[in-house]
Amino acid sequence: MIPTLLGVLILLPILGFLANGSIAFFGKRAEGDGATTARHPLVTLIGPGVILAAFGVAVALFLDMQRAPEQALHIVRYGQWMPVGNLVIDWSLQLDQLSILMVLVITGVGSLIHLFSIGYMRDDASYARYFAYLNLFVAFMLVLVLGASYPVLFVGWEGVGLASYLLIGFWFSDKANAEAGKKAFVVNRVGDFGFLVAMFLIWVTTQKLDFIGAHAALGAMAGTPVVLAIALFLFIGCAGKSAQLPLYIWLPDAMAGPTPVSALIHAATMVTAGVYLVARAAPIFSGAPEASLVITAVGALTALFAATIALRQWDIKKVLAYSTVSQLGYMFVGVGSGAYTAGVFHLVTHAFFKALLFLGAGSVIHAMHHAYHHTHRDEDPQDLRNMGGLAKYMPATAVAMTLATLAIAGIPPLAGFFSKDEILASVFARAHGSPLASASLLGIPGSTVLYGAYAVGVLTALLTAIYMTRMLLLAFYGSNRTGEAEQEMLHEAPTIMTAPVLVLGALTVVGGWLNLPALIPLGPVGLLEHWLEPVVGSSASRLAGAGHLDHRTETILVAVAITVAVVGIVIALLRYRKPIADKAHSPVDESVLARAYHVDGLVDAIIVRPISAFANIVLTRGVETGIDRAFSAGGSMLSRTAALVGSKLQDGDVGKYAWLLAAGALALLAALTLS
Amino acid sequence: MISEALIVSAILFVIGVVGVLTRRNAIILFMCAELMLNAVNLSFVALAKMHNVTGHVFVVMVMTIAAAEAAVGLAILISVYRHFGTVDLSSLRTLRG
Repeated sequence: MIPTLLGVLILLPILGFLANGSIAFFGKRAEGDGATTARHPLVTLIGPGVILAAFGVAVALFLDMQRAPEQALHIVRYGQWMPVGNLVIDWSLQLDQLSILMVLVITGVGSLIHLFSIGYMRDDASYARYFAYLNLFVAFMLVLVLGASYPVLFVGWEGVGLASYLLIGFWFSDKANAEAGKKAFVVNRVGDFGFLVAMFLIWVTTQKLDFIGAHAALGAMAGTPVVLAIALFLFIGCAGKSAQLPLYIWLPDAMAGPTPVSALIHAATMVTAGVYLVARAAPIFSGAPEASLVITAVGALTALFAATIALRQWDIKKVLAYSTVSQLGYMFVGVGSGAYTAGVFHLVTHAFFKALLFLGAGSVIHAMHHAYHHTHRDEDPQDLRNMGGLAKYMPATAVAMTLATLAIAGIPPLAGFFSKDEILASVFARAHGSPLASASLLGIPGSTVLYGAYAVGVLTALLTAIYMTRMLLLAFYGSNRTGEAEQEMLHEAPTIMTAPVLVLGALTVVGGWLNLPALIPLGPVGLLEHWLEPVVGSSASRLAGAGHLDHRTETILVAVAITVAVVGIVIALLRYRKPIADKAHSPVDESVLARAYHVDGLVDAIIVRPISAFANIVLTRGVETGIDRAFSAGGSMLSRTAALVGSKLQDGDVGKYAWLLAAGALALLAALTLS
Repeated sequence: MISEALIVSAILFVIGVVGVLTRRNAIILFMCAELMLNAVNLSFVALAKMHNVTGHVFVVMVMTIAAAEAAVGLAILISVYRHFGTVDLSSLRTLRG
């Protein structure tokens, strides 16, 4: 039963990709441009249909696991992939509590985003191609979270990278979009290098690559340098995929893709693959406390760094992009400090409210774009300075966006409050007396790192509340800056777009119930904690020890979290009370924060330009000249010389022929007799 | 007896070779080529006495082919003469390198 269901689960999006891909590819060929528009109904049916069906299958699997939770681990082997000597890699999938959770998020949120895309991409000429790529992404994402060994996971890991590249550069006729796709691809390769090295090390050390075997072997070697090395290299891979310092630079640019793509790939699912991997490889990371401290520190720094940048972004999608980087930092603080459940919990709730925020932003951009398109004004539909007061025109979207903003800011009882609070509380709890706190990182004691991460986390929570409220106010409240004529054209998105947004809004409200803390008596406590216990429980307790926060400390931490969120919102409300000028009447914002600390320019100057200059020299001076000389000039020289010698030999002088003949005969004779 | 025949054969062959290499008249070249063939024939006959009858067979074949070659070659020479008015090979140089 389960093998079939798992196979169907992955095959569904693949079939969708093949069908939509064929429609996109052959449809265009047969009937020329615009043909894809004529095939709308079929694409609309297949694209979201297969993902909805996959969600149904995932729910069936989940219910099946509920029946016998104690035997919820299933390894399904479909065949042999690479038998090389004693390295045998199988096509095998692993269904357990962690992977089914990810599958439910991917297919569930994925379905909503697919539905939203029907409206958002309706008028796009490449409608079928869009859904083909989106289905392909879901297929690879499912392989990523279901793979039972590192190589199978890596197939999904690279596959989602490919889908991400294709979708960032979806409107590739604009050079900036194509470049953004390229950037994402190249930066991810840097991370993948780390992942590959980690895999090689795992193989060399344990002769195994499947999760269960390798983790058992590495768990027995906990604390050795090789485990530390494996953990650190794995984290490089995670940092690339999940946009952590210093490999985060591709994610803000990835906003060049269609907005639902940003929601699905660059907020809800793909970028959380790194968090998933740390949770999945928890036995490795818990055996290397130093690596866990590195993850915590990098996560905390990323969270703060990206949050400061988000304070001064004017592009609505850029605010959300940096916010995503920042929230991913939170997740890494969670999984880094051994609070795997808290990290994964935040992953899930973030998937809800960040997908909502992106889809809402998509609705806004959709409306703004139409308004400007209608009046033929060439203004930026994504710039917050051109928005304002949109709540009047798009009430449903405004309500949902406000909910999501309050959730990400950490206002109870919305989803973000519980998950963020749990991360911060876990870090605080582990900072004293846990095995992780007694480890040290470059001479800094672990408890200092963890207390530092907590402080940074609280500060980031304040900044998060500020920048999200700022975005909400600038876009939806105050007076409208879009333009007199445009205001007539601003309207709420069609139902197919608002419905998924509202469903996500509901999830944002109730998502916190997945894992309620004991402190707040609103329902069953710690459902997710309990559910994930078989997968990450032992690893978590290895890092956390037995220490628990007492009731009083916990209450204080919750109070601090709520106060910080409220203060942040109030600061933003005070700061953005006054009306601001629209983009055309504003000076270009040259502040360091608006320019994202000039990191892109720095990377460009230090890495990109030297490499491309070097490549240019190799190309023009080396390869090109070499090939020119050897093949073009050299080839003509060779044939000209041969022709000259040949014509001199064969000049019609029979006497010369006779002499050459005699000489040849003599030489042959000599060779025969002397040998 | 055989060695004398072989010596004569070698002398005849060398005369033929030198003739081919040094002379420019096509008829003389032709005759020199015949001389070389017959020098070889002589050594075939001489060696056939030592070994077996194969040498004789070869001589008959060489003579046959030489006759055919002479017929074709002389015909070519005649048409060369008709065309160019000479059989001096050094003046037949229409192919230039």
